[in-house]
Amino acid sequence: MALTSNLEGKVAFITGAARGQGRSHAVRLAQEGADVIAVDLCAQIGSVAYPMATPEDLAQTAEEVEALDRRIVTRQADVRDMTALQAAVDDGIAELGAVDIVLANAGIAPQLNSDPHPDHEQAFRDVVEVNLFGVRNTVHAAVPSMIDKGQGGAIVLTSSTQGLTGRGGDGSGGMDGYAAAKHGVVGLMRTYANWLAQHRIRVNTVHPTGVSTPMIENDEMNAYMEANPGISAALENLMPVETVEPVDISNAIAWLVSDHARFVTGVALPVDAGFTAK
Amino acid sequence: MAGRVEGKVAFITGAARSQGRSHALRLAQEGADIIAVDIAGPVPSIEMYPPATEEDLAETVRQVEALDRRIVATKADVRDPAALKAAVDDGVAQLGRLDIVLANAGVFEIQPALEVTDDAWREMIDINLTGVWNTCKVALPHLIDGGRGGAVVLTSSTAGLKGTPNTVHYTAAKHGVVGIMRTLANEFAQHSIRVNTVHPTGVDTVMIQNEKTWGLFAPDDPAPSREKAEPIFASTNALPVPWLEPVDISNAILFLVSDEARYITGVTLPVDAGYTVK
Repeated sequence: MALTSNLEGKVAFITGAARGQGRSHAVRLAQEGADVIAVDLCAQIGSVAYPMATPEDLAQTAEEVEALDRRIVTRQADVRDMTALQAAVDDGIAELGAVDIVLANAGIAPQLNSDPHPDHEQAFRDVVEVNLFGVRNTVHAAVPSMIDKGQGGAIVLTSSTQGLTGRGGDGSGGMDGYAAAKHGVVGLMRTYANWLAQHRIRVNTVHPTGVSTPMIENDEMNAYMEANPGISAALENLMPVETVEPVDISNAIAWLVSDHARFVTGVALPVDAGFTAK
Repeated sequence: MAGRVEGKVAFITGAARSQGRSHALRLAQEGADIIAVDIAGPVPSIEMYPPATEEDLAETVRQVEALDRRIVATKADVRDPAALKAAVDDGVAQLGRLDIVLANAGVFEIQPALEVTDDAWREMIDINLTGVWNTCKVALPHLIDGGRGGAVVLTSSTAGLKGTPNTVHYTAAKHGVVGIMRTLANEFAQHSIRVNTVHPTGVDTVMIQNEKTWGLFAPDDPAPSREKAEPIFASTNALPVPWLEPVDISNAILFLVSDEARYITGVTLPVDAGYTVK
C-alpha cells in the first residue's frame, strides 16, 4: 500500500477557521488536496478582551483556499450552538461530501486579571462553553457522517500546553476555565479514541505553546505580561523561541490526519518548543 | 521535489534489518545519507528469535545505495562506546556532517520476572538503556559542532509507558529511555537539538513474530502461530489491527526529524494503534 501525506479527495471540517491557527490549518490541508468546511463565530464574546474574528476574516480564508484550487464551504456558526453547528456541517456535506477529517480548533482566551473589574464567573463559563462544550459539539456534529461513510477518518482536538500543565496559573476565571477546558479536551480525546477506534477513526490532541496569532498577540496580553513578570517567566519555552508559528501546528496536524500516522490514535502531541518537558 | 531531509546525514543503530533498516530507507528516500551500525551477531541471553547478520547489514547498504544515497555501515555493538564512537566519527568524516540520530538498536526477551537471570538483566539494560545513552554520547558532540541544531529520536516502546507482565528488564530499560530523552531535551535545547521518543506497539518483525511471543498470550497452546496470535495481539490495541509495519514507525520518525516538527522536543510519541489509551 502506498502511504501518502496527500489528502486529495478528503473533506476537512474546521472550526475557528476565520483566522489564526484555523485559517492556517485550512490552507495547509488544502495544499495537501483537501476540501474544507470552515466554521467561525465571526463575532465578539463579552468576556473576551481582544477583538475576535470577523466575517471578512472568514472570507479571506475562503479566498486563500480557493486560490489553491480547492473547494470551501464557509458558515458563521457558534460551536456552543449544536443546532447551528449541525446545520453548518450538513450544508458542507451536501456540497462537498461526507467528512473525513475534523479539526476542533475554535477557542477563546478570556479576560485576564489585568481587567479592572473582571467578571470571573462569566469568563469561566464562556471559556468552558467554547473550549470544551464546543469541542464536544464539533465532534458529534461530524462523526455520524464519518461512521456512515465507513472509510475511517481522523479527528484532531486543539488543546494547549495548558491542557497538560497549570504553569502560569493566576486564579482568574479566564485562566481557571482555560486550563480546565484544555485539560478536559484531553479527556474527550481519550474517550473518543476508544469509542471510535472500531470505526477506524483516530482521535488525537495537539498542545501548542504560545502561537503568534491575535489571541495572544494583543494589547491586553502584552499589558498583562508586563504587569506579571513572574507569570511571563513561567510561560517561557525550553527552546529559545518566544512563540511558534501557526504553520507549525498545521504541520503537526497535517501529519496526524495523513496515512503517515494511520495507526496513531489516543495521543496528546505537544507542539510546544519543549514547554511541557521543561 | 526536494526530500524532507534532503542533504542531511542520519546515524542509525540497529540498522541491519526490521525497523532500523526501514528508517534508513525512509530517510534515504527523503534525501538523507546514512551512518549505519548493527551488532550483526548474537547476544547470549536473547534466544527467542535469530540475531541480525552481516548479510542483513549488507542488504541495508545495498538498498540505501539503490536509492542513490550514500551509506557508511559498520559492525558495532552499542555496548561498546569506543567502537560506536569510531563508527560515527568515521561516518561523519566520510559524509561530512551529522543532523539526525536514531537510537533504534534493541533486543526483546520474555521471562517471568523472578526467572530473569542476573546476566539476562544486565545484558538487557546494557543494550536497551546504556546502548541508547552510548549512542547519544558519541553522536551529540557532532550535532553541537555542526552548529545547525539537530534531531534525536530514541526508540522506546509502549512498554516505556505501561507495564506488561513477563518483561521486567525490557520494561525497565524502555522506561529509562524516556528519562534519557527528557534530560537531553532540557540540556541541549540551547543548541536547538530536539530529543523525542517513539513508542511503538507490536511491529511485524522477528522480534514479535516468534513462537515464544505468540505463546505469551496463549500459554496453554502447544503450537502457537502467527495466525492464532493475530486476534490476541489485535485485542491489545484500540484500532482493529494486530501489529504495525516498520514503515509506520519510520513515518513518525521522519516527521519528528523533519523541519515540520522544528518545535517538537521532549515528547513521548506513541505509534501504537491506541495501545496506551485503551
